[in-house]
Amino acid sequence: MNETALKELLYKMADDQLIIGHRNSEWTGMGPLLEEDIAFSSMAQDKVGQSHALYQILHSLGESEPDTIAFTRNAEQFHNCTLTELPNGEYDFSLIRHFLFDTAEAIRFELLTESSYTPLAQLAKKIQGEIRYHTMHANTWIKQLGTATEESISRLQSSLDKALPYALGIFEPSPYEQELIADGIFPGEEVLKEKWTSRITEILSQTSLQLPDLNSIEPEFGGRTGKHTEHLQPLVEEMSEVFRIDPGAEW
Amino acid sequence: MYITEEQILEWLQEVKDPEIPVLSLVDLGVITDIDIDDHRVRVTITPTFVGCPAIDYMKQDISDVLNSYGIDHVDVVVSFEKSWNSNMITEKGRKALKDFGLAPPPKHNLIVDIDILERIECPNCGSTNTILNSPFGPTACRSIHHCNDCKETFEQFKPV
Repeated sequence: MNETALKELLYKMADDQLIIGHRNSEWTGMGPLLEEDIAFSSMAQDKVGQSHALYQILHSLGESEPDTIAFTRNAEQFHNCTLTELPNGEYDFSLIRHFLFDTAEAIRFELLTESSYTPLAQLAKKIQGEIRYHTMHANTWIKQLGTATEESISRLQSSLDKALPYALGIFEPSPYEQELIADGIFPGEEVLKEKWTSRITEILSQTSLQLPDLNSIEPEFGGRTGKHTEHLQPLVEEMSEVFRIDPGAEW
Repeated sequence: MYITEEQILEWLQEVKDPEIPVLSLVDLGVITDIDIDDHRVRVTITPTFVGCPAIDYMKQDISDVLNSYGIDHVDVVVSFEKSWNSNMITEKGRKALKDFGLAPPPKHNLIVDIDILERIECPNCGSTNTILNSPFGPTACRSIHHCNDCKETFEQFKPV
């Protein structure tokens, strides 16, 4: 098994979960409804917890401790897709991002339940059950607000148009696609993207939202190789502020 | 001292879920293996949710209880090898949840769809004329529901 390829996959997944988890947590106390406040906070807890479990696997492969990985790197050492680091914006943007990202992550973990790398397959099986609640939540709101008023529909449509190039960045090919596929670790970004396209098309077809032709959109790549937007470094600094005050502290 | 797995499990009935003090970890189904090697005991646990913040607390509690019965060497290992799902809560555990005012999760075929979150039996009055308010509650493992008959809002230990 190609360990470099495996680590690259684990890093990008773990970083995605940590960063989107942190963005979700920014809705704590700010949600448009109490239930939404709780929902985003709860999903934040799940996603940060899942990132921890993925960093644990990396640790077992010889990488640093989860806290060290999470809190001592700079933006350019992160491998999350840029979609996850964009500011929350208004609720319509956060909801669209939640829908686009979580649908992809749900399918990624579904595919990984069959991974030849057993610790990842076991974890994916577990996480799959949790993510189902996240996609259920996203789909419910997309269907409700995507068929509600002229304002809710036009706001969601404009957020969808803004988010799509970044969402396509989720599937930025890994330099190790062939190794991952050949070793049976992961079937590859192209397979994931196809399944994602058909699933979001199916949900959006139940709303008044229009999905543009994805082939006409230039994907925002770079996140997977450490080329991030200006929004990641401030987020990383805020996230790691307490840890950096006293990295050796016992909690 | 000769100890058996049954004995360990009986002692571990004392260790309760930190957030649901009537439910033991044994009945919650999170204890997946017990290995006894001479006088070393290894307890394997698996979290209900990956990001469960109570895991370290549970590990400590397991060690403390077994130490109090004279087992000095206790290792508590967290593993996903046997993955938790809500069908693993025992009948005794389900009754404890209900008595505590928390609706137990419905048994399912491991594919949880939104349908099974609807019309959950109200733990206060037993009515199934209930609606799902939110699949996310005060902890990762609970959802929030409302009963149209007794007008109480209640929580459910959600199916996973």
